[in-house]
Amino acid sequence: MEPKATFVAISEASQEIKQPLIVTKNIAVKCPECKEILFEREYRRNLKVCPKCHYHFRLGAYERIDLLVDPDSFVEMDRHLVSSDPLRFVSQSQVYAEKLVEERQKAGINDAVVIGYATIEEKPLALGVMDFQFIGGSMGSVVGEKLTRAIELAIERRVPLLIVSASGGARMQEGLYSLMQMAKTSAALAKLSEMGLPYFSLLTNPTTGGVTASFSMLGDIIMAEPGGLICFAGPRVIEQFMHEKLPEGAASAEFLLQHGMIDLITPRHTLRQTLAQLLHFHSNVTSQRVGQEKVLSLWSRKALRVGSSVAA
Amino acid sequence: MNSVEYDLEFEQPLTELTEEIRLMRQEGGELENPIRLQEAQEKLHSRMQEIYANLDAWQTVQVARHKERPRATDYIHLIFDNFLELHGDRAFGDDPALIGGLATFDNETILVLGHQKGYGAKDQQFRNFGMPHPEGYRKAYRLMQMAGKFKFPIISLIDTPGAFPGLADEERGQAEAIASNLALMARLPVPIIAVVIGEGGSGGALGISVADRLLMLAHSVYTVAAPEAAASILWRDNAHAHHAAEAMRISAREVLATHIIDGLIPEPIGGAHRNPVLAASHLQTALKEHLADLKGYSPEKLIEMRYQKYRGIGHFEWIA
Repeated sequence: MEPKATFVAISEASQEIKQPLIVTKNIAVKCPECKEILFEREYRRNLKVCPKCHYHFRLGAYERIDLLVDPDSFVEMDRHLVSSDPLRFVSQSQVYAEKLVEERQKAGINDAVVIGYATIEEKPLALGVMDFQFIGGSMGSVVGEKLTRAIELAIERRVPLLIVSASGGARMQEGLYSLMQMAKTSAALAKLSEMGLPYFSLLTNPTTGGVTASFSMLGDIIMAEPGGLICFAGPRVIEQFMHEKLPEGAASAEFLLQHGMIDLITPRHTLRQTLAQLLHFHSNVTSQRVGQEKVLSLWSRKALRVGSSVAA
Repeated sequence: MNSVEYDLEFEQPLTELTEEIRLMRQEGGELENPIRLQEAQEKLHSRMQEIYANLDAWQTVQVARHKERPRATDYIHLIFDNFLELHGDRAFGDDPALIGGLATFDNETILVLGHQKGYGAKDQQFRNFGMPHPEGYRKAYRLMQMAGKFKFPIISLIDTPGAFPGLADEERGQAEAIASNLALMARLPVPIIAVVIGEGGSGGALGISVADRLLMLAHSVYTVAAPEAAASILWRDNAHAHHAAEAMRISAREVLATHIIDGLIPEPIGGAHRNPVLAASHLQTALKEHLADLKGYSPEKLIEMRYQKYRGIGHFEWIA
């Protein structure tokens, strides 16, 4: 089919698609919720959801993208952006500059978010997907910058936007630069909204702090995976201030639904369907189909993209 | 100079000098040896200047959190006229921790917003120590929308340890309340000036501080996380709060170096609490200047400049 072939051609040319880590050994994982032992293959086959109690394990950004988008449709952007340690931050347990190098090697990703452009059931969208593995998904300059670029891409291309959140909050090692990413991303989303373009927000386990208090909660439609911890303050802080233990299920996705804060709970195996449905519903407000010329022009723009080295 | 106690630990040398002067006076110093007394007073003054010109991050935190530090209402009454406080979010309640209202500034109507910490134990309890609930941010949202409608400039006085982290706040959507304010403020067609007058506590501060001009009083702080919280995570012990404060570079002077803020407002020597009237006067001058400048731009231009201001904040590089 023509459009598909186009995307395949571009993805081969891009050489930017990272394959999800394939574990060849047959290992087992233990469900933290029901303690059931799951074998690697069944756990993967079930989209890393416990078949017994439906506990949703964390997914890396590339895994998440793979699960959601049409095969070979994802074109990554700005993969090579990394943090530059603006505060020269050192704490008792770590030197931030060293931690960054360590995490890049360990997590196989350059910072806590992957952005780009893809299709779901042939409908185009811009994407930003966070990854908790990289310093707890914390938001610093790179996460803020990349998400803002994803939002600006959606504005430029007139396509819907999906942001998948997974975060322990703002990245303290970058001080006020991190806090200001809350304002930066929210400002870009306000612009997107003014242009009448839809933004779908998916909250995954965990989504907390300054991330929740900015782009995560600004979706036109907000979805959350079942059982996830989604909150502003975090259970430990809440308990400290309230001097009492939190009740079961407090600050969970279900709690948020009950209190009117989110639209939907989306079990992982229904996620792609739900997104396709949302894209279909909103197809009148966005570019209907992305013709070959449009996609190619995006690609050439990207290849030429120098970007600005932005010093605050 | 007001005679006040020197109650902060790093002011110890000043307490000693003050004590020396007191003894000199007692011994009839003024009559016997006026020069010696004058020298001692000058020494006190210059020592104070020296200390306050070189505060480190943790010392700045102490001044920013000082129990006598002027609150938002102090500045409102000293600087603006006809302040009329407005209440409620029209949905749930009225939050005393975050106040807002109309006032006159230079013959023009403005909207003033501010965190209010309270004076004395009872008032501090009532004000929840300046830690707003979602209804506080939603009150601000409603008032800011109104200001946008009527083209009133907005002046926001920031002084909070942070948004209140209660379970009930999660229920009422603390995160959503703050996020909505960030998005709204980004697109308001009026000049917005935010001034950190004490503690800029993270998201709780940011929730009314997305602005065209962001200013800080010289001994205020703006944090991504409270030093105690950062210390308990990255130093595994909140007793290391002073290290966290240093590492995160939270003092006004250090924030100025990042260019995230647009200016520092000088404080009377020894901190704003030594001379609130003078502090207010400095603040008033800065507000006048920035407001006059901002009024020169069309609403569209303002919004675009504000977007670029935040667009440009961040530090990153490329790897091969």
